[in-house]
Amino acid sequence: MDSFTGAFSEAFALILRGDSDLLEIVALSLRVTMTAVAVACVIGLPLGALLVVGRFPGRTALTVVVNSLMGLPPVVVGLLVYMMLSNSGPLGVLQLLYTPTAMIIAQAVLVTPIIIALSRQVIEDLYAEYDEQLRAMGMTRFAMVPTLLFDARFSLITVALAGLGRAIAEVGAVLIVGGNINHVTRVMTTTIALETSKGNLALALGLGIILIALALLVNAAVMSVRHSAARTAHA
Amino acid sequence: MLERVPVLIRKRVTDRKNRECMLRLRNVVFEAGGKRLIDGLDLELFSGTKTVIMGPNGAGKSLALKLIQGLLEPASGDIVRPNEGADFATAMVFQRPTLLRRSVEANLDHALRVCRVGRADRRHRVEELLELGNLEHLRKQPARRLSGGEQQRLSVVRAMASRPKLLLLDEPTASLDPAATAAIEALVNEAHQGGTKIVFVTHDAGQARRIGDEVVFLHKGRLCEQTPAEEFFEQPVSVEAAAYLAGRLVL
Amino acid sequence: MKRLIIGSLTALVLAGLAVATQAADKFIVVQSTTSTQNSGLYDYLLPIFEKKTGIEVRVVAVGTGQAIKNAVNGDGDVLLVHAKSAEEKFVADGFGVKRFDLMYNDFVVVGPDADPAGIAGSSDIVAALGKLAEGGKTFVSRGDDSGTHKKEHSLWRVAKIEPESVSGGWYRESGSGMGATLNIAVGMDGYTLTDRATWIKFGNKADHKIVVEGDNRLFNQYGVILVNKDKHPNVKSELGQTFIDWLLSPEGQKAISDHKVNGEPLFVPNAAAAS
Repeated sequence: MDSFTGAFSEAFALILRGDSDLLEIVALSLRVTMTAVAVACVIGLPLGALLVVGRFPGRTALTVVVNSLMGLPPVVVGLLVYMMLSNSGPLGVLQLLYTPTAMIIAQAVLVTPIIIALSRQVIEDLYAEYDEQLRAMGMTRFAMVPTLLFDARFSLITVALAGLGRAIAEVGAVLIVGGNINHVTRVMTTTIALETSKGNLALALGLGIILIALALLVNAAVMSVRHSAARTAHA
Repeated sequence: MLERVPVLIRKRVTDRKNRECMLRLRNVVFEAGGKRLIDGLDLELFSGTKTVIMGPNGAGKSLALKLIQGLLEPASGDIVRPNEGADFATAMVFQRPTLLRRSVEANLDHALRVCRVGRADRRHRVEELLELGNLEHLRKQPARRLSGGEQQRLSVVRAMASRPKLLLLDEPTASLDPAATAAIEALVNEAHQGGTKIVFVTHDAGQARRIGDEVVFLHKGRLCEQTPAEEFFEQPVSVEAAAYLAGRLVL
Repeated sequence: MKRLIIGSLTALVLAGLAVATQAADKFIVVQSTTSTQNSGLYDYLLPIFEKKTGIEVRVVAVGTGQAIKNAVNGDGDVLLVHAKSAEEKFVADGFGVKRFDLMYNDFVVVGPDADPAGIAGSSDIVAALGKLAEGGKTFVSRGDDSGTHKKEHSLWRVAKIEPESVSGGWYRESGSGMGATLNIAVGMDGYTLTDRATWIKFGNKADHKIVVEGDNRLFNQYGVILVNKDKHPNVKSELGQTFIDWLLSPEGQKAISDHKVNGEPLFVPNAAAAS
């Protein structure tokens, strides 16, 4: 199919001439997604740990709910956040709609359940191993949370990368709350959707290839940082 | 039918004067899975001695330690700690050391932080503990990469971080070679000399003889006897203990 | 190597920060349609306007129904769509201040080169639709309540045909924007109704071509409306009005007709002359 060969040559052409629109879109995609994942981790990691050490009625039910929220459709999240941020919505006064901040919020909402659910599992396994020893040292279950989070750090990096993968790939949420406005809220995925709707399939696919390469780069960078950290601290 | 001789007569611990009672278990019962695993345990522990707990598998030795440490709650009966106070710390060492996924010194630092030692003191205490355990050359190593003996040494000095008045050890050398075992026993003796009461569970009669001042013998969740060590090994009072030492006691 | 990777990623993220924090002092949000966007009109017009007035125009291009709904919610300052009766209702309900004719183009039917329905060259849309229905040849509809869809629907009614009743058969409702619908029509070797501007600019024509055009029932009128500040105090009435005034002015109208693709103008300006 010549769309494929066309796609690769379009992708290379864009990269080689350092197309400024492309750079702008890539930079915004990274900024939105990474900020969203960072927010999701700040909220989600402690909550995941609390789900492990906490003892309260409905804990199992809550775990089930959180696990199911991993499957939240991005377009639904986009719709809900739009309704919140709209001028006719409760948070309209913040005037955040159609800004990158709105996109960060939507992606954070999308990614947080993933962080909670996966970190919960990781930390639960670690807790089973550490519980007796840490209690023997006199730690309360809540006091264990920072210890568990730190000791699970390598697995938790992978959890964060899972969240990153979800965020960088989605288009439904950022499209609705961002509006795909040129030079303001246009990211890689919404550009791919736009070019597809214009029938520029080779270009769209080329952008897709760049997006995948970007995800690869980020993962490779994280992996190499993790590797060198692991060598100094871990068995 | 093995007769259980009243324990009162059996307590001939060396030189009770100047020894305070640190811990008293009164008719403690612990159940799990529908079975009574600790069945009316009465035990008194006095400061200054090294107490060795022995007994067949399933006698409840580990459970007794966990009850003393507070990891488990008795179903009935009391555990009285007459000197419970701000600086009465108990520490426990398990057969398999659970070390954090960090360096040796980070593990010690963590233990000190749990005891709420301030940053300035912590650095100094970490050095002390590393020296105590002969681990200075390994300080930056990932703790889990150490050999079995080194890990257990780390476990023991980590337990010392809280300057415990009572140190419980549950078969700490069961999977170690003689050299490593000797190192652990030396550490235990040092702790004792520092004023810590030692309670040490072991299967190894030789070890018990080396370490113990007195032997507490448990069987089926009850105290069979509490006897000074040399007397215990010469001639135990209870029939069960005699059978155990002869290798004939089966649960 | 590792440092190079981390360094370039950090640089990109920082650049992203720069992009996002440059909040323009003056900007308006225009709710418009995907077909208008895809025609490239805004890419041509807006820089001219921005240079002249310093007002940044942010276009949110969605389906007509969504654009109107967004404007009803007050999430835009100006509405620019091509669905006259819906626009008039928008004003009548108080959400818009006043509707102005802005420009027009026309709709065309596109279909495969082989033309299995035999309608190519016709300028009678109703007859063509009749032939399509009779022959049961694949027709892809927007199916999304957009201006294009409403026009299509009205034409079927004139032809006294109800294709929705056979939806899923030869009549396929994509529920999508114009571009996506065209992709589907091309992919299925089917026919579809599209505005000329989108078709001219469309990049995936394959072997499709315009088969029906020129019927004056295919007239496609665009209107522009200022969102009513009374309903939503956040609306930037002044800036929005400036934009509308410019669009309707001789300069704006000329700019519209100057936007050409392959030498062909995509829209014909038809604002009422100022009285």
